[in-house]
Amino acid sequence: MAFKRFISLIITLFFCILLYLQPVLCSNIEAKASQFFSSGHTNNWAVLVCTSRFWFNYRHVANTLSVYRSVKRLGIPDSHIVLMLADDMACNHRNPKPATVFSHKNMELNVYGDDVEVDYRGYEVTVENFLRVLTGRLPPSTPRSKRLLSDDRSNILIYLTGHGGNGFLKFQDSEEISNVELADAFEQMWQKRRRGAPFCRYNELLFIIDTCQGASMYERFYSPNLMALASSQVGEDSLSHQPDLAIGVHLMDRYTFYLLEFLEDIHPASQATMKDLFKVCPKSQCASTPGHRTDLFQRDPGTVLITDFFGSVRKVEITKETINLTTPIVHEDHDPSRPAEEAPETQTYVDQLSVTEIIHQKPKRKDWHPPDGFILGLWTLILLVFFKTYGVKHLKHIF
Amino acid sequence: MPVDWLVKTMQSRGLEVFTQSFSRTLPFPDENKERYMVHGTNVYGILRAPRAPRTEALVLSAPCSPGNSNNQAVGLLLGLAQYFRGQIFWAKDIIFLVNEHDLIGMQAWLEGYHHTNTTGMNWSPLQGRGGSIQAALSLELSSDVITSLDLVLEGLNGQLPNLDLANLFYAFCQKIGVLCTIQGKLQRNDWDSAAGYSQALQTMLLMVLKQASGRPWGDHGLFLRYHIEAASIHGINSFRQYKTDLTTIGKLLEGMFRKLNNLLERLHQSYFFYLLPSLSRFVSIGYYMPAFSLLAAILLLRALDLWVQLGSVVQGMEDGGVEEEEQVRAALVSPTIMVHKVITPDRAMYIAPIFIHRCVCVCVCVCVCIYIYIYIYIYIYIYIYI
Repeated sequence: MAFKRFISLIITLFFCILLYLQPVLCSNIEAKASQFFSSGHTNNWAVLVCTSRFWFNYRHVANTLSVYRSVKRLGIPDSHIVLMLADDMACNHRNPKPATVFSHKNMELNVYGDDVEVDYRGYEVTVENFLRVLTGRLPPSTPRSKRLLSDDRSNILIYLTGHGGNGFLKFQDSEEISNVELADAFEQMWQKRRRGAPFCRYNELLFIIDTCQGASMYERFYSPNLMALASSQVGEDSLSHQPDLAIGVHLMDRYTFYLLEFLEDIHPASQATMKDLFKVCPKSQCASTPGHRTDLFQRDPGTVLITDFFGSVRKVEITKETINLTTPIVHEDHDPSRPAEEAPETQTYVDQLSVTEIIHQKPKRKDWHPPDGFILGLWTLILLVFFKTYGVKHLKHIF
Repeated sequence: MPVDWLVKTMQSRGLEVFTQSFSRTLPFPDENKERYMVHGTNVYGILRAPRAPRTEALVLSAPCSPGNSNNQAVGLLLGLAQYFRGQIFWAKDIIFLVNEHDLIGMQAWLEGYHHTNTTGMNWSPLQGRGGSIQAALSLELSSDVITSLDLVLEGLNGQLPNLDLANLFYAFCQKIGVLCTIQGKLQRNDWDSAAGYSQALQTMLLMVLKQASGRPWGDHGLFLRYHIEAASIHGINSFRQYKTDLTTIGKLLEGMFRKLNNLLERLHQSYFFYLLPSLSRFVSIGYYMPAFSLLAAILLLRALDLWVQLGSVVQGMEDGGVEEEEQVRAALVSPTIMVHKVITPDRAMYIAPIFIHRCVCVCVCVCVCIYIYIYIYIYIYIYIYI
């Protein structure tokens, strides 16, 4: 009886201790959870624009479509991609292979595919529409697929290609957008936070441009959290890669060609950073010097993952405890020196597509399997016959 | 001309075939048969572009002349029609035209196509049409192996197609490896030597003479008035070691048509007025017209000289004692005012013919000079902007 009372006392004491310790354990999980929610961005958007018309500008459409397929493959869904193509190359009358747009010669890779969703097509790709998409000032009747519904936790990738010059980019052979307009549009996107609208429109923005003298387009940026890459410096021309003799036009521009090759090696769990992206297409491969600008970006580019902009990676962390989220999570000040994904472990993804093999022609790596039943049975049969014929005394030579 | 056979063959190739009959009363009798009226039929087949709207067209024509003068061109045309029918990258309709009586048939067809009637011919209206014609090529082949292709550019009234068409043809010939000539002369390697220079000069002068004759030197010449860039390709079979067969010529023409197919607008970027000393060099109007203007300026100078002399003739008839500057001032004032000054009747009988003669000379010189300048101006601007 006394023993029973002693046991029950121990148990209640144990539970009291647990109850006492519970808040401590909970606050540890909550601290981890608050850390989880305070890291960088939560969603990814992409705005991919091809600005030139006519059959001989086939390569600009192929550029944009190849970035589209990379971005889609790495996880950004169509609802988060605004694709603007100024002309329809796949169904052009002069296309000897209708409904295809190739990016490699000998028609190795069809970037048009079956599931391309073009949001702005043909004459809808204008400077006004592009700026309206960026700043969000669209008429209320615009469908959702044509809007950039980003918020202040979105990382946006903007890719522009076409014909350009020092300080401008030509749209549709009839109008131009200047670098000042572009910089002002980005500033509008940033400023929306303070104007009373609840969210500014981006968390971080990566701007890639593949035109002649592309570096002039990012010279005038002045908003924070912008990183920019261009295919050529001021005074240089971006050149095209290779013509296809059956189709009769140049298929891709050099910078985007090597960018596509680089991106085909990236899978959603890849740890490649922006520093690798800056090394894409050195002057020996591209005839022009690619440039980049990172002074407006607050994190170190060596810590920024490619998939932060090109993919849509969902952070997953498995926990077995319950977390009480009744108190609001206080955002800590973002520490720029700390790498962005410290707490959660990401799952690894299966190697999904074999496009890498098409481009690089690497042989598939085959894993070694132990020999299965048939082979074992065959060898056993052979051994049995051997020993039957020549007697068991040879067994000592084997073992 | 075997009209029915052509219609049947083109239809079997899958083209839309139409015919046009025409007749013309010649102003002068024909030297062979003393006939005044020419009758004929044109046959043309339209290859519709598989996916494009019917807004633009290209023309490949071969004149059907009696005898052996042009007996292979129609065959090549039909072969090309069959090959083109199997391709899907045509963005423009292609019209395969076989015309009878060379220029007369071609003029009838063009007039029927564009609904104009400038020569007063009778022709039946065209049943089938293909949109506005962007470019045309005319073929003349007399044998089935050739050694070189001659490019003929001069058209009616000395009009020329855009230089880009000639450059296109020559560049493609070089790529395929077919010899290409102009005015019957081949390209040389040594343009700096005396022989090279004289050949260039001869070629250029031949071109000037051909333009000056005013008649079109190929069936293409009539297209140019409608602002359709056209050239004639003449196959030459001379004594050379390397001969090309019709398959290569077919490839060449297919390539030319594919290039013209990819064009988005009419050829207008290069010169319309030029002289070619060779296929890879040209003299544009900016070079040869100032030379001609300087020649016309001589007339102005002569007129000025006569004007001054008129003034001094009248002055010389007045009494002496007139100052030098008065003389100069008098020479600048209108002679008609001065005539009403002091001239005695007996002197007037003497001066009048010379005076009138010199007046007339001045007027004529000035008028001719102005006329030449205005003609050049109008000629250039009308031919460019129509």
